[in-house]
Amino acid sequence: MSGAVLEVHGLVTSFPSEGGRSPVVDEVSVEVHAGEVLALVGESGCGKSMTAFSILRLVPKPGRIDAGSVRVAGRDVLALPVAEMRSLRGSDAAMIFQEPMTSLNPVHTVGAQVVEAIRLHEKVSSDAARARTVDLFDQVRIPDPAARFNAYPHELSGGLKQRVMIAMALSLRPKLLIADEPTTALDVTIQAQILELLRELQRDTGTAILLITHDLGVVNELADRISVMYAGRIVEEGTRHQVLGSARHPYTQGLLRSIPSLARRGEPLEEIAGVVPPPSEWPAGCRFATRCPAVLERCAAELPPEVRLAEGQLARCHVVAREQAAG
Amino acid sequence: MEAHAWQNAIIALLVAGLVGALVAARRSDLWRAAGHELLRRRPIALAVVGVFVLIALFDSVSWVGGAGAASDQLAAHKPRSLIDRMFPSDYKERSYSAPLAGAEFYGGEALTYPGGHLLGTDILGRDVFHLTLKGARIALLIGGFTSLIVIPLALFFGISAGYFGGRVDDAVFFVMSVLASIPNLLLLIALIMVMGRDPVSVCVALGVTSWVGFCRVARGETFKLRELDYVQAARALGASEWSIIQRHILPNLMHLVVITFVLLFSGLVLSEAILAWLGIGIDDSWGQMIDQARDELSRDPIIWWNLAAASTALFGLILAVNFVGDAVRDILDPRTLREDQ
Repeated sequence: MSGAVLEVHGLVTSFPSEGGRSPVVDEVSVEVHAGEVLALVGESGCGKSMTAFSILRLVPKPGRIDAGSVRVAGRDVLALPVAEMRSLRGSDAAMIFQEPMTSLNPVHTVGAQVVEAIRLHEKVSSDAARARTVDLFDQVRIPDPAARFNAYPHELSGGLKQRVMIAMALSLRPKLLIADEPTTALDVTIQAQILELLRELQRDTGTAILLITHDLGVVNELADRISVMYAGRIVEEGTRHQVLGSARHPYTQGLLRSIPSLARRGEPLEEIAGVVPPPSEWPAGCRFATRCPAVLERCAAELPPEVRLAEGQLARCHVVAREQAAG
Repeated sequence: MEAHAWQNAIIALLVAGLVGALVAARRSDLWRAAGHELLRRRPIALAVVGVFVLIALFDSVSWVGGAGAASDQLAAHKPRSLIDRMFPSDYKERSYSAPLAGAEFYGGEALTYPGGHLLGTDILGRDVFHLTLKGARIALLIGGFTSLIVIPLALFFGISAGYFGGRVDDAVFFVMSVLASIPNLLLLIALIMVMGRDPVSVCVALGVTSWVGFCRVARGETFKLRELDYVQAARALGASEWSIIQRHILPNLMHLVVITFVLLFSGLVLSEAILAWLGIGIDDSWGQMIDQARDELSRDPIIWWNLAAASTALFGLILAVNFVGDAVRDILDPRTLREDQ
């Protein structure tokens, strides 16, 4: 694997709350290399999407990036002037959104929207852009691509719309593709097709993918490495086998136990009690302390240490640290 | 170039623009479907509006001389429109005459054109039918030209405020609040006093006092659109603010523009009638005819044709426009969209 396409170090993104600013993304560091899929996993509201928006510097107001560094293809995103940032978006790093239903403008044809994306960054004639769009539609397996070019979004199904979104995101051959819950809004059968498509495209183009999802099934399909996020922090990271096979952090273990499985038919599905608390109620120490089944006294007060478990596998947890110390 | 030549040129441009807009709209399935639906729902109202528009257009094309030029020197050098040319150039009596009457209303002297005045004549002996037809142009001018001022103004400020928010929004909102706290009529009167009473000034004055409503709508809608996924997606693809406004915000406001135009139109024409009643309307408008007819109602026997002609024309146009506007809103407003969409 060659150099990192995306390097995020100590990223802090905060939103104002009653008692000052609360960081919804707190000291997050991730790296994605060319040709690799990194999955950022966690429940709703734990800061996954904000991390993605921070990478493209699209944090909605009044949110703000407070600290850290983000490098995309070697360029320091947080220091780029606005015009260069604009040229980086789309051409170096593109994004696929969760809701294909609303991610396309209803008043333009889907073809025109992809053409627009191409012509935002490259000076090509509209005929050339059109030909490329039809090729892209073919590449993302849209049946009858030339006819679909002139379709309006409401004439396409959700799966086709997501394919159009993928075509649009790939139209400028980005080095990094951020996929924010790309299959959440789709039927299960369509989900499988889209995942298959993403995997093929990734193999063919070598694009690095940052996959944001709460669905561990999707992670298992696609990811090379996994970072598990809880309440703005990364709690555990490792390769797919390490995290899915031998997770150590109680949160990751809880997530894995809450996957429905045919082997445990009839038994009630396990869940992690409670919900992610709002940022203003996060404990000072380990943020999972309020819901952790194995919680220790020091958890709520002290920041958990970083425990290196194996080559590439890390967990931030007092419990894991103690187990590890005990051998 | 003389005034009437300018006017002809402007009308030609306007017609060209209108045809261009229609051709452009035909290319979009959305607009074409909306047009067909409108035609299906309101054929009569559309026809009525069409007749008024045709009359106004014919009254706007004028030239000097030609067939039927008057015998007197003054009239021979006056540009006359297509509508004027439908009537004899000296189509005048000395004073009031009832519709299709053969003699004057007071005194009973014989008329120059006995039985020729379909709607009688006014105090100066002018043919009321002719005046009523000429009023159509003024009415459409007020509605159309003022809308041309109001809509771009409201869109510009509304979109700026809604899209950029923050300071820009505060500033625009401040201006809107200030305007909204001045009684509209007083501001109108003051503006017309300052700028004069010619049609353009009255239209500008009406425009300045009536853009706030649509500006608020445009601002709110932009506020909503700005947060939509496809605007976010465009931003994530590296689109600039200007291209987002142009490609994603503006096209999604077009249905509101059309709805506003139609609804604004009738309100503006009615406003002019009120201005005329206050003595600051545009010359030869229906409002002014109604205003003049005020005194005539107190005469005995009553002189009704002046008032009746102008009011009927005004009422007919406004009613037809409102019917069309209602249908346009039903067809284009997403909140009232039919079930099948």
